[in-house]
Amino acid sequence: MSDKPFLRMDNIHKSFGEIIVSAGVTLEIEEGEIHSLLGENGAGKSVLMSILCGILKPNSGQIIYRGKPLNIGSPREAIQQKIGMVHQHFMLVPNLTVAENYVLGQGSPLRLIRNMNEVHARIRDMSERYGLDVQPDAVVEDLSVGEQQRVEILKVLFHGCDLLILDEPTAVLTPQETDRLLDLMRGLVNDGKTVIFISHKLDEVMRASDRISVMRDCRVVHTTQVSDTSPRELARLMVGRDVLMELPHSPCEPGDTVLSVEGLSCRNELGLPALRDINLQVRKGEIVGIAGVSGNGQTELALALSGLLPVDAGRIELAGRDITGLSPTEINALSFAHVPEDRHKMGILMPMSLAENAILERYDQPPFMARGLLQRQKIAAHTRDLIARFRVKTRDENEPISNLSGGNQQKLVVARELARNPDFLLVSQLTRGIDIGAIEFILQEMLKQREAGRGILLISTELEELFAICDRILVISHGEILGEVPPDRDRLEEVGLLMAGKKADQKDMAAVGH
Amino acid sequence: MQDLLTLGFLAALLGAAWRLATPLIFAAIGEVFSERAGILNIGLEGTMLMGAFCGFAATFATGHIGLGLMAGIAAGMIFGLIFAFFTITVKANQIVVGAAINLLGLGLTSFLFRTYYVSTGRGVEIAAPVRIPWLSDLPFFGQAVFRQNPIVYSTVIVTILATILLYRSSFGLTLRAVGDHPKAVDVAGRSVAAYRYGAVLLGTGLAGLGGAFLTLGHSNQFVEGITSGRGFIALAVVIFARWSPVGAFFVSLLFGLFYALQLQLQAQPMGNVPYQVFQALPYLMTIIAVVVVGGKTVAPRSLGVPYNER
Repeated sequence: MSDKPFLRMDNIHKSFGEIIVSAGVTLEIEEGEIHSLLGENGAGKSVLMSILCGILKPNSGQIIYRGKPLNIGSPREAIQQKIGMVHQHFMLVPNLTVAENYVLGQGSPLRLIRNMNEVHARIRDMSERYGLDVQPDAVVEDLSVGEQQRVEILKVLFHGCDLLILDEPTAVLTPQETDRLLDLMRGLVNDGKTVIFISHKLDEVMRASDRISVMRDCRVVHTTQVSDTSPRELARLMVGRDVLMELPHSPCEPGDTVLSVEGLSCRNELGLPALRDINLQVRKGEIVGIAGVSGNGQTELALALSGLLPVDAGRIELAGRDITGLSPTEINALSFAHVPEDRHKMGILMPMSLAENAILERYDQPPFMARGLLQRQKIAAHTRDLIARFRVKTRDENEPISNLSGGNQQKLVVARELARNPDFLLVSQLTRGIDIGAIEFILQEMLKQREAGRGILLISTELEELFAICDRILVISHGEILGEVPPDRDRLEEVGLLMAGKKADQKDMAAVGH
Repeated sequence: MQDLLTLGFLAALLGAAWRLATPLIFAAIGEVFSERAGILNIGLEGTMLMGAFCGFAATFATGHIGLGLMAGIAAGMIFGLIFAFFTITVKANQIVVGAAINLLGLGLTSFLFRTYYVSTGRGVEIAAPVRIPWLSDLPFFGQAVFRQNPIVYSTVIVTILATILLYRSSFGLTLRAVGDHPKAVDVAGRSVAAYRYGAVLLGTGLAGLGGAFLTLGHSNQFVEGITSGRGFIALAVVIFARWSPVGAFFVSLLFGLFYALQLQLQAQPMGNVPYQVFQALPYLMTIIAVVVVGGKTVAPRSLGVPYNER
């Protein structure tokens, strides 16, 4: 660590209301390095970088850049200081041309734009110099995501930058494009620039960086030279090793297969392949876990199973019945319950009361509806029953669910889903953003369901939770199931390696074992 | 002889169409700026009424048409400032505020008119037609089309200036970006709110001018509800014109043609067809335009969506 780092972010705190997104982060960047920020989604990487380039204003903390404090919270200051960021969600205006996007916001507003030909020439020039194929007169909305990213990177270079921040740039790229991007980053550093590279992919980070900072729970937990670390150590740092939860349960006695997935492939919202040839079975009375770094196809798996994402190939069977391609409504009518990964987007309606949320999927069925009218008494009684059984902390069933803590909201979602007495439960990120007490209660509840002979598929990025209650753990990486591991804590690191996309070879495994 | 009659009829129709399109052209081009910046101002009707009344009142008091037009623009911009404050600064729903502006415009102008002017019964002298050398001498069309008052001619200049401002200036570029991807503008270090205020004021100023034309360049009197839905038709024009000033000019002309046609048809003996059928033409046209074109057009992506700064 040098006395005068190129950039020092000091004790940065940021929260939105009660949600902390940056918990006293300190980060040092040296001039002319590729510094990777590694961490899972929600670890606070993007937030930290948004603070650096002035888009978010921290509650406290300071930034020293080139020996001087940076005026925090002003995008213009960042631009003037030649700090440029390629955002994960591109900052390109879709209905403008590439060149128009490049000159956007530059110069006096009343200036007439006359010299666009010069701008075009400069863009072509730079495009050649950096080997980034960019057409200045193309309209952004006509470009593919990969092309837009090239446009965005060149835009930052066009504005002139000494510090380039790339936020998850490889998320939208093919492996070949990723290779080219990593080469470009090295080229820029050789040109005298400094690069901050955000990623959650271990292999890329190991290949690309000089130094790595690992973030977890909105803090930087470790900074290291790339030569002093290993993917295994990074995986452990990323995932964290908190106190292991002990939830005693009886050995698994699986019954008939309740969910069977064969050769499932599908694409994500951007049309890129997200799942490749997924095969898995869940039997009655077992909990099968899907482990993986987030963004590796878990979301798409849950959506495909519940009928929310079209299936390209493969077959999904629920208790022997083919449910491939059924609508969510049709699947909903079957013995299939779903606790979605994003409570606020898919699980509950925030402004509505607990009672209304408790009948979301069954409001039009008896006993909740009769002769086209909601049966308030019956709904209230049903909700009070759920509240009592799951110990949801609330004033009463008429309270808006937005007043409740995340843990209590999730308890209601789980209670609602279990009240349907499903044969199969699809549970995603069950414990995301909820407190320890609620986590334990909900995991216990899952074990009870298992005892009752239900089949559960638990998709989670929390290894702790998977190891605590699963009977088998499948590891997903880049949309493929790379292996199955028993929930034996001695094999935690094996899971970490699989999560990093390394298919287990014999030597590696031997090394991990002992 | 028969040919000449038809041609003469057509020329008169065109001349009337341009005159009747004028308030629409101003209001619609103004609304193009507003919507390009992401602000849907459905309060145009009330804003135009305000422009019509204040323009009339100022000219009534001073005798100057120029002062009246400026008063109309100023009145429009004051309403624009109210609208902008609630939609941009307070981030209230644009439709609700727009509706309130319409009610306010109708109520306020009716009240003021009844209080101060209704008993006088006098009008103002409207802007006089001006001949344009050479063009006014064209056979058939010259007399009918190019014998308009200067306000009508100015629609061409406004359209050209608006096009340059929107597509050729840095302001216009940023404005178009604000309506499509405001965050990109924020990140580029420009204030989204400032651009939206600018766009709304520009838009309502033009709407005020369009309103003032009604009392100073068309009829010589203020009448309650004189805009008779033109503010709403201007909203449809903007969609039909795909958010372009030149488009707004020609689509307004088309609507003007329907206004002119219905006036002509009302004057013709048409057997049993009630005149209300013809009166309904422009409005019918509006509905058809929105249904036919509305579905296919791409509005600015953040139209109607308030922007939350950091």
